[in-house]
Amino acid sequence: MTDRRLRIALVCGLALVAVLIPFFFGPYRVGQFTLVLVYAVAALGLNLLVGYSGQISLGHGAFFALGAYTAALLIEKAAVPYLLAVPGAGALCFAAGYLFGVPALRLRGLYLALVTLGLAIATPQLIKRFDGLTEGTQGLTVEQPNAPSWLPLEDDQFLYLLALAVAAAMFLGAWNLMRGQVGRAVKAVRDGEIAASTLGVNLAATKTRVFALSAAYAGVAGALYVFAIGFVAPEAFTLTVSFAFLAAIVVGGLATISGALFGALFIEFVPVYASDVNDALTGVIYGGVLIAFMWVLPDGATGLLRRVRRLGQRLREEPRRRGWHEKDAVAGGAAAGDDHAGAHRVRTR
Amino acid sequence: MERFVQVVVDGVATGSIYAAVALALVLIYRSTGIVNFAQGEMAMFSTFVAWGLYQGGVPLGLAVLTTLAVSFLAGMVIERAMIRHFEGGDVLTLVIVTLGLFILLNGLAGWIWGFENRGFPSVFGDDSVTLGGVRLSVESLGIVGVLLGVVALVFLLFQRTKIGLAMRAAALNPDSSALVGVRVGHMLMLGWGLAAALGALAGVLVAPRLFLDVNLMGSVLIYAFAAAALGGFDSAIGAVVGGWIIGVSETLAGTYVDFIGADLKILVPLAIIFVVLLVRPSGLFGTREVARA
Repeated sequence: MTDRRLRIALVCGLALVAVLIPFFFGPYRVGQFTLVLVYAVAALGLNLLVGYSGQISLGHGAFFALGAYTAALLIEKAAVPYLLAVPGAGALCFAAGYLFGVPALRLRGLYLALVTLGLAIATPQLIKRFDGLTEGTQGLTVEQPNAPSWLPLEDDQFLYLLALAVAAAMFLGAWNLMRGQVGRAVKAVRDGEIAASTLGVNLAATKTRVFALSAAYAGVAGALYVFAIGFVAPEAFTLTVSFAFLAAIVVGGLATISGALFGALFIEFVPVYASDVNDALTGVIYGGVLIAFMWVLPDGATGLLRRVRRLGQRLREEPRRRGWHEKDAVAGGAAAGDDHAGAHRVRTR
Repeated sequence: MERFVQVVVDGVATGSIYAAVALALVLIYRSTGIVNFAQGEMAMFSTFVAWGLYQGGVPLGLAVLTTLAVSFLAGMVIERAMIRHFEGGDVLTLVIVTLGLFILLNGLAGWIWGFENRGFPSVFGDDSVTLGGVRLSVESLGIVGVLLGVVALVFLLFQRTKIGLAMRAAALNPDSSALVGVRVGHMLMLGWGLAAALGALAGVLVAPRLFLDVNLMGSVLIYAFAAAALGGFDSAIGAVVGGWIIGVSETLAGTYVDFIGADLKILVPLAIIFVVLLVRPSGLFGTREVARA
């Protein structure tokens, strides 16, 4: 099977599984999978920024919060239909990301990380400070979208499929953008700023737009989060959220589209099981995983899958050329070579 | 007027704590080119160790000194066992790794000591003295004194001892220093050890002013970053001056600007970082960076 066909088959299979999920699980599980989709959209946005453009944001929880509160206020206070609240939240976060990005794009790597970390720390306080609008610590209850009566679906199934539709559109958009001219420009900025600018890439415009786009993804995810939970409060948007998104893209694989999905599964289900053992275990796992992945698997789960597939291909090709007895040695060498290439790709900029 | 002087002295004391953390950040940045996002959490962890010793019946002064020694060793171990592997990597990798350490230490502390608030006694007691008609707390004056002492020690170490010379050489040009016999690896370990001890000192000093819990250093770290950015990330004097400016402006803004109050004080350092980096990216005392392709 060729690479392209395999990929199409994989995506179709995944899509089928994704559509069927709500019909095989109970409402509680379906709710969890809805959150997976929410986190996947946010992680994808962060990966556009961190993985593809090489800028570091430790504060995407802030844009996630902005999106969530925008959607909540639009629905509850302005009686906007909930389907319009999603693009509304996305557009506002795009604008906020743009405004934040204009000065921030002058900050190289490290300083951008500092400023965004500060933003993430300040988010809950900011929400509490503007309690006239946000109801402060009390939080806002939002009516969740119900399944329309002409659809034979339960509410939780409808919510899941709604999130799935939005997430699919966002994934398709990101994939399309990153494989085209824009994507090449973005990656060029990451791999060599000065070289990219001499080739005619507008550094400032590229960076700001990626930052804004990535904020918009976080905003859309925030709006979907409100649908899924039906409640927003400052405690939901602490520093932990920003860290979780970062853990998601490192686990899934920096600069990959599908990695966001693996990462989202990780950050939804690890806390659920870890909190059974100890409330602090989630933090220990996130922290340990960040270090361990950067150490041994800098291209994440997606990178691991790629290596396994390449290893499989070589195993299939080798016997024809060299005979069976040599395959183990060759496969071992191939894996080690890939390891080096993977590490090299992420480390050198 | 009396109130104003009190607020300023209080700000200088708080700023001294930020300066200590900023100094630790600068130490590590100068020797390894890494901005250690875990600096604050390492300090928080150390403070819990001191608290544990104190609860176990060890006199406070001895507990603090033991903690400083333990932190020094722990900092060296962290460098050797973990950071060494990533040294020379790109910014993204280093930020993610030190941030991983940040989250890991925060989680471990929560696991060991729980998430509730704890009181932490001040090494200086809670007396106050009257100077020129203004009542000032011994604690504030003590903190400023300790910081000045530390700065003098750090200065002596780097300028007047052979080890300090070797540390500066290893930071400036690792390859050449290795050729003339400097054990570069040991110097880096030493740098991390010193930074960890400095952070522990800051933690023990700040804990009585806040409550001791796992998030003790979250905002302190941001203030320290602001101090280091303001002073220039590679300047020790800059870290101290930056710490004082940040401490005083934060306290003044929190006291006299109603809109900011206690909740939004955290925005002051953010605004300062932003302005400094836009107007003068190398900070007040830092070295200007020149990029080449």
